[in-house]
Amino acid sequence: MPEGRGLVFDAAVTRGAFRFEASFAVAPGETLAVVGPSGAGKTTALALVAGLLRPDRGRIACGGETWCDTSSGAFLAPEARRVGVVFQEYALFPHLTVRENVAYGPRARGRGRAEAMALAARWLDTLGLSALGDRGVGGISGGERQRVAIARALASEPAALLLDEPFGALDVATRGALRSDLRAFLARCALPTVLVAHDPVDAFALADRVAVTERGTLTQVGTHEELLAHPRGAFVAELAGLNLYRAVLAPGRGLKEARVGAVAFHVLADDWSGPSFLAFAPSEVALAPERLPGSPQNVFPGRVVEVQPLPDRLRVVLDVGVTMAADVTREAGASLGLAAGRAVWASVKATAIRVYG
Amino acid sequence: MASAERPPVALWLASSALALYIALPLAALLLVVPPADLASHLGSPMALRALWLSVRTTLVATALAVVLGTPLAYLLARYSFRGRDVLDTLVDLPITIPPVVAGVALLLAFGRRGLLGRHLEVLGVSVAFTTVAVVMAQLLISSPFFVKAARAGFEAVDTGLEAAARTLGASPWRVFWTVTVPLARPALVSGVVLAWARALSEFGATMMFAGNFPGRTQTLTLAVMTALESDLETAVAVSVVSLGLALVALVAAKRIAGRWSVPRA
Repeated sequence: MPEGRGLVFDAAVTRGAFRFEASFAVAPGETLAVVGPSGAGKTTALALVAGLLRPDRGRIACGGETWCDTSSGAFLAPEARRVGVVFQEYALFPHLTVRENVAYGPRARGRGRAEAMALAARWLDTLGLSALGDRGVGGISGGERQRVAIARALASEPAALLLDEPFGALDVATRGALRSDLRAFLARCALPTVLVAHDPVDAFALADRVAVTERGTLTQVGTHEELLAHPRGAFVAELAGLNLYRAVLAPGRGLKEARVGAVAFHVLADDWSGPSFLAFAPSEVALAPERLPGSPQNVFPGRVVEVQPLPDRLRVVLDVGVTMAADVTREAGASLGLAAGRAVWASVKATAIRVYG
Repeated sequence: MASAERPPVALWLASSALALYIALPLAALLLVVPPADLASHLGSPMALRALWLSVRTTLVATALAVVLGTPLAYLLARYSFRGRDVLDTLVDLPITIPPVVAGVALLLAFGRRGLLGRHLEVLGVSVAFTTVAVVMAQLLISSPFFVKAARAGFEAVDTGLEAAARTLGASPWRVFWTVTVPLARPALVSGVVLAWARALSEFGATMMFAGNFPGRTQTLTLAVMTALESDLETAVAVSVVSLGLALVALVAAKRIAGRWSVPRA
């Protein structure tokens, strides 16, 4: 990746007994999700990029501009970094209206009041919030607050965008609807984006690549397929062990087709059509040596790519036209003679596949 | 959260003792001299001079308390450093020491032969027993009330909002004025009113350090004491004015704090 335009991060910080150390790069238009259990240092990474925390060692640069370099002593204050942050609980200013919140950045960066308010109005329009401009931020819904926070972060024309648990403050129903919106929006922004999530579904659905952190260190960085195929350790395997696909859903109700590239799944989805996500656990995938007669709607011929021993089971990575993970017992693995290259049939019940926007 | 239930009779009775005890002397103040006479006594040169002096000195002392006390309150609210507890106790001390003692202390520091005063004297500056001394006594006694309130106000502001403002391009100075101060405003206003009311009621320290010279250092409270020796009606009239000012301040503070308090998002 050309370092000039993206975000480059290589830093370490110690706070008391906790040490965080990581190195990654994010290209313009790319979204990197940082996932891991709580206390793994996810939010620390964002604070370092935003300049709210000083690293003990390291270098952070964005768009060809050095934001922090401990070897030369360079350190740009947060206000000098042009970084947009969407905070976990959104951190909207309670004493300002929605429009004033969005205009805060432009004002702080030297625009006149009228110009800043006009700019804020345009961003509110872009995010479908025009009707809420004069409202206080206490009187709007969680999903609206998230969009106001995004509008506010982007209105100050950042060179990089950071999102800390963007769905953390939302209920499950709202999440599904907002995920695809946010993904499409991030793609349009063409900014290097770092997203912190503890929910792997959020991470895999929104990000191009995922960085897994455990106890302050970055264990592995890669696409969902890479993490699934070559997990470094049980935690990554567990985390990546979710079959997740971007699909195009046929219209209509009830059982319908969802195309993932050349592969057609059959799913139950009344609420959705068009671009969607399909998700199911590897434990929902059954393997057989030949095509079995029976009820599963989704039966795919494929080949074993790799067999990964997990502490209590085997994780079988398959190529069925798409990469798919299946979990089987050691006994089943032995009786099927599972090994790389073996031809198998994988089946998933339509009711086991979750579909969301 | 206040209960909507009616309080029990026993609680009413137990509570009324102190309430009556507070109300009775205040009522006496209003009832002893007929209102018409009050007005005429207020017109006396002594009362007018004392009122004008009190208004001027308390406004200057309160302004100084805000200007000098705000950085101190912010420092105590936001940073931990060596000696923070000592500084914290020091700022609270004028609230607890007897004002007369504070007055003596001021005299020993800034008086003609005082620690600092003797050097000022060489420069031809003498502050004791002047109007400046009145302001100094009021500042010493009243500023801790502002600092305490402002500090609590700053502490209650979510530092996450300040961090958000920084990432949006605001300097720490701008963050302070556009986020911290607006969100702490109810506490700041209540601190200003408390400090001003305390400055208005200052007596002991002023008496010791500034003396009791009409027109120069005789504030409302000193005028009450002086008048009491010869002219009860004037003493009462001035007292009623003080009571009125305190009441206006208190009501204003409550209303302003209520109106400006920010709904938590």
